[in-house]
Amino acid sequence: MMKLQHLFGIADLDKEQIEYLLNLGESLIDVSRRPIRKAPTLRGKTIINLFFENSTRTRTSFEIAGKRLSADVINISASTSATKKGESLLDTGQTLAAMRPHVLVVRHSISGTCQFLSEYLEGTSIVNAGDGSHEHPTQILTDLLTLRQAGGYENKVITIVGDIAHSRVGRSHLLAATLMGYRVRLVAPKTLLPAEVERYGCEISHDFDAAIPGSDVLYMLRVQTERLTDNCSFPSIREYHEAYGLNRKRLAAAGKGCLVMHPGPMNRGVEIASDVADSASARILEQVEHGVAIRMAVLTALCGDTGGEG
Amino acid sequence: MTLLIRNGHVIDPANAIDEVCDVWIEDGRIAGLGEFSGTASETIDASGQYVCPGLIDMHVHLREPGQEWKEDIESGSRAAIAGGVTTFCCMPNTQPRLDHAGVLLQVIDRARQVGLCHVHPIAAVSRNLEGKELTEMRELARAGAVAFSDDGMPIWHAGVMRKALEYASSFGFMVIQHAEDLELTSGGCMNEGWMSTQLGVTGMPAEGEDSMVARDIMLARRADARYHVAHISTAGAVALVRRAQAEGLKVTAEAAPHHFSLTEEEVMHFNADAKMSPPLRTEEDRKAILEGLRDGSISVIATDHAPHHEDDKRCGLSCAAFGIVGLETMLPVSLELASNNVITMSDLIAKMTINPARLLNLDSGTLSEGRAADICIFDAEKRWTLDRSKLFSRSRNTPWHGRELTGQVTHTIKGGRVVFRNGTIHD
Repeated sequence: MMKLQHLFGIADLDKEQIEYLLNLGESLIDVSRRPIRKAPTLRGKTIINLFFENSTRTRTSFEIAGKRLSADVINISASTSATKKGESLLDTGQTLAAMRPHVLVVRHSISGTCQFLSEYLEGTSIVNAGDGSHEHPTQILTDLLTLRQAGGYENKVITIVGDIAHSRVGRSHLLAATLMGYRVRLVAPKTLLPAEVERYGCEISHDFDAAIPGSDVLYMLRVQTERLTDNCSFPSIREYHEAYGLNRKRLAAAGKGCLVMHPGPMNRGVEIASDVADSASARILEQVEHGVAIRMAVLTALCGDTGGEG
Repeated sequence: MTLLIRNGHVIDPANAIDEVCDVWIEDGRIAGLGEFSGTASETIDASGQYVCPGLIDMHVHLREPGQEWKEDIESGSRAAIAGGVTTFCCMPNTQPRLDHAGVLLQVIDRARQVGLCHVHPIAAVSRNLEGKELTEMRELARAGAVAFSDDGMPIWHAGVMRKALEYASSFGFMVIQHAEDLELTSGGCMNEGWMSTQLGVTGMPAEGEDSMVARDIMLARRADARYHVAHISTAGAVALVRRAQAEGLKVTAEAAPHHFSLTEEEVMHFNADAKMSPPLRTEEDRKAILEGLRDGSISVIATDHAPHHEDDKRCGLSCAAFGIVGLETMLPVSLELASNNVITMSDLIAKMTINPARLLNLDSGTLSEGRAADICIFDAEKRWTLDRSKLFSRSRNTPWHGRELTGQVTHTIKGGRVVFRNGTIHD
């Protein structure tokens, strides 16, 4: 039984821990496919989902994961929380921690929020559900489980396309690739690449078509359209889709075995054409399903005493 | 009444003095250097210690008026003398701004009441630091401004900077630039590079400073103006300043202790006490600053002392306030330059005394006979661990908390009066 104190990012995990979480996650897929979708693993545990950024899938995924394992789950979103009344992030965190939850699942637009909160919140495990442009570890674990179910990730080439500069998913994948033995190819114009990103040891291309051959997965990042045009990162959505959108033609060039993934939510017609999103190559809904299983695994590892209660 | 400082290693760069001797003080003024043979009413045994002019820090943010909970003139003065600083310049980004004579006079008056330090204001270049209209520089200079800057903010627009340099230089005033192209640094909270990429935070590229300094030097050349780069932080800017000086332009620069002792690595783990503007840069930049200090391109060490309340730092890196306190760590951190043989002790002391005094036409920074006896005595070997709760500043935002520093001020003397002695302030 592995016990995690916190989960801030892939950077804090080693290969064994990731494999452990993938194994546990894989074994928990079945819980969500049973007629009675409930296991007693986290009975008596309190989990608070504290989301300062809008999120449907990640928050729901954590909520369902907790509830299917019998934890008491409370959701707090920024729009209903005290932060609107001017309470600081730290005060909100400390207030919730004083109610003694076992786990605080945090999403925030500021990179490093979980590390920051953990310095002041003793006795509460913190899970990063996405912090700024820093990390999104449960998404990467979800992707790895999806790849494992589709035949494995080792030695595969995952081509990540889009706004790498602002992508926590991109960063977490770059870290996981080194650890788990797959390769990442980044595709974006220079305006959407962060400084010195080549130091992760990844391949970089500005030409999507040139990067397609040899790719095992085309991983399309969500484009935040306002971010794209407001700061001159791209002249128009139209040109973005033409240069970096995944369409039928590009999917055909990638070949039959190449999978399409997307962390969601998708902008159909921007980074991914509608028919591609709905194609047989897409594993996007599998990602969502596996997300629940992975979050069950993560919550279990954080609460850590299943043996006694299972 | 004679105060004798006996047997210290006296460093007075202005007079090329670098030897063990006595210094004696009468009526608040330096009465002599050499071997004292009279009778002293008080003696400080400075054996094994250095004795130098009271330090000058030409870049300090007092938060009075306006944000006294962070620092006021009294707490800032106490921090200064605890750091061996007897003279400092305060920057105009208070509330209200130091952009008209009334506020300036109020600050000067309050500093005189406190009486621990000589405080010289640096007045705003533009009204309300908005970078649009110039302040009444002549009037501000008459009220006591020793230079002009919009520090905290750059003088961003080229047209305004051109006029500021032309106008200021018509009267011999120096313009100090916080060199930052805000369009390039927008939203940034640390140096842009590998570290910011890993942390997933917006960076501030070195080019934001380099391009501003390059532009300003062109404008200063045309205006034949005195232009000073505040807190220089990039290799590119150091090279530009060096080239401008070789050309004979009146271009000078200061470096802050954090920029020549720390790098962006400090921000790892999202450390908000390592967040300042300009940000900590790369090792290459740090080395370029050391070289600039060594070859004299950078003639001044100044702290950019920027106090902030803990609440302004404890909110996550990207929302934390910019700046660290520096007055109480200036000397020990800078002493590394001498102990690592980057520059001599005399050159080091010059950068914190006579060099800024000459730039700003201040009547301090030397131990010349007859000058006001502002003196710093320090033990260059003393090792101590910084505990931020023991700082005299009202704020605690320092990256050196818990670290061992070498070198400690033992006495600070202002106008012949021992105002700081072995960790205690005597006001």
